[in-house]
Amino acid sequence: MDAADLRTLHRLMLVARRLDEEAIALQRQGVLPAYAPAKGQEAAQVASGAALDLNRDFAFPTYREVGVAVGMGVDLAAYLASHRNIWHGGLYDPQSSRLAPLNAIVGGPVLHAVGWAMGAKLDGTGGAAIAYFGDGASSQGDVHEAMNFAGVYRLPVVFFCQNNGWAISVPTERQVAGGSVAARAASYGIESLRVDGNDAVAVFEATRAALERARDGGGPTVIEAMTYRMGPHSTSDDPGRYRTLEDEQAWTGRDPLVVAAQQLTADEVAAAEENAAAVVREVRESLVSLDVRPGEELFSFVYREPTKSLLAQQRAWKEHLDA
Amino acid sequence: MPELSLQKALNLALQHACEDDDRVLIFGEDVGTLGGVFRVTDGLRAKFGEDRVFDTPLAESAIMGMAVGLAMHGWRPVPEIQFDGFSYPAVDQIVNQMARMHYRSRGVLNMPITLRLPSFGGIRAPEHHSESLEALFAHVPGLKVVSPSTPSEGYHLLRQAIADPDPVIFLEPKPRYWQRESFDPTEPVEVLPPGTSRVVREGKHATLVAWGAMVARCKQVAELAAEDGVELEVLDLRWLKPIDTDGLAASVAKTRRAVVVHEAPLTAGLGGEVSALVTERCFGDLRAPVQRVTGYDVPVPSGELEDQYLPSVDRILTAVQTTLEYRRG
Repeated sequence: MDAADLRTLHRLMLVARRLDEEAIALQRQGVLPAYAPAKGQEAAQVASGAALDLNRDFAFPTYREVGVAVGMGVDLAAYLASHRNIWHGGLYDPQSSRLAPLNAIVGGPVLHAVGWAMGAKLDGTGGAAIAYFGDGASSQGDVHEAMNFAGVYRLPVVFFCQNNGWAISVPTERQVAGGSVAARAASYGIESLRVDGNDAVAVFEATRAALERARDGGGPTVIEAMTYRMGPHSTSDDPGRYRTLEDEQAWTGRDPLVVAAQQLTADEVAAAEENAAAVVREVRESLVSLDVRPGEELFSFVYREPTKSLLAQQRAWKEHLDA
Repeated sequence: MPELSLQKALNLALQHACEDDDRVLIFGEDVGTLGGVFRVTDGLRAKFGEDRVFDTPLAESAIMGMAVGLAMHGWRPVPEIQFDGFSYPAVDQIVNQMARMHYRSRGVLNMPITLRLPSFGGIRAPEHHSESLEALFAHVPGLKVVSPSTPSEGYHLLRQAIADPDPVIFLEPKPRYWQRESFDPTEPVEVLPPGTSRVVREGKHATLVAWGAMVARCKQVAELAAEDGVELEVLDLRWLKPIDTDGLAASVAKTRRAVVVHEAPLTAGLGGEVSALVTERCFGDLRAPVQRVTGYDVPVPSGELEDQYLPSVDRILTAVQTTLEYRRG
């Protein structure tokens, strides 16, 4: 996508939304043991993911980035395989999809983006890294260390904070000192901006501009996309304990799907719905039919060159199985 | 043959690794201009430039997290964390990230990272500068752990660690940095393969199992015991993960008695692992239970008390005596 195309972004966002709903349904049906809903964050996720150049750039997610996967065109059943408890990190190929494996440590991968960006700068491959994290993760030391390193070395990295208002039960004002995550960037000598995270076009353009600047040697950027987690933190969470219905309703009118649909014709929206239904049907079928990985894989990927002891444990496991 | 210190041998290993593979990157706190606080990286920046050898801001987690990202981009990072105790702030990146990325990515992303870590006590250092972390890291799936005891060992083990496709924690024994031996790294010698131990002194009455700085102390013990006609075998484990079970079993099967010596605290230390491996493999041969001589279950003390903490020649000799005099009750 060369320019922000609202119709395309809306189409992708609708896939993310319907997939999110499907994932929750699958959790209720017992297919997925747990899921982290992303409803409300589709514009921030899909549009920023779609802004990447998949030939050069690389994205580092945490665990609530289904929309990024949609925006980047990652194999979605393989992505959701992580939530089906088939493999930590998902079954997609991180190298060819340009999306690092899912990561449950929310500040950790932000540093990987910095290292990757330094690698790209050193060998002149010209790509930029983007790190996804939330307002909660911005409290972690790793995020500060990452911004400081990126500032010192002027690395091609975009810090993409989805400020969704909540870190489970803790609101942003009890999480982020100093006014905003974007405000912190100044202390690291990094460009920053806040963007309406529910406006897909604005997110796309801000992200693409930051990535381009990074690739051109302009250094890192912090983008704070202001959005809202419309659902619970996870399928085990009960937001009724910490926030009011009025709070949630106040954001309903700002739902990124509603905002985008208002600018499109009814036919365009209907066609997008049809497409989303078809994609979701396909992903659901693939996801449900995914086989559990063979037990041998317990041992397969611990080392490139496994230790003798691990091989002995593998043999013992096999003998026990065959007995 | 020239005399070389361990510190210089490690420096040469890094130099040769950089020459052989232009994806090798050396970074950490003060490794550039200063050449490292122990001068192990001395002169490397001048040789290989600021892109290959660079100083980082003071943040251990970032050093390791950046190593993970660099490895994901296809580089071969050799980060240094200045002192053992400073690696605790980086444990998340070491344990949750570096050790697991290959597994998490189903083998797609490789982590050929060697973390160099000046380790262990014996130099009267301030707090957090004398820790023994081998058991902590050896317990983590996905990591390998190595500790050299001499200059030649340091050279070859570091070359092997850097060449290894998996993450290696390389524990450098600080009190041995300035110990010299005749060693010419350009001379062709038979190099022991990765994952093996080394008998540094033959003996028949008991095996002393050690690594890092404790190897030299055990050799000293063996020399003293020899004056009384007791022939102790000294086994330098070298690789602490994977442990060379075959080499360990071969030595103990011969001597029928074992004393394992390490600086780390007793409880849940690697001595327990060595003891269990010996029992599994040599139960029938053993003439006495495996003895452990270790640090105590206390924080590594201040310099003036360090000698009370570290396994001393006397404590090791006492353990040897216990194992030699052991009678089945």
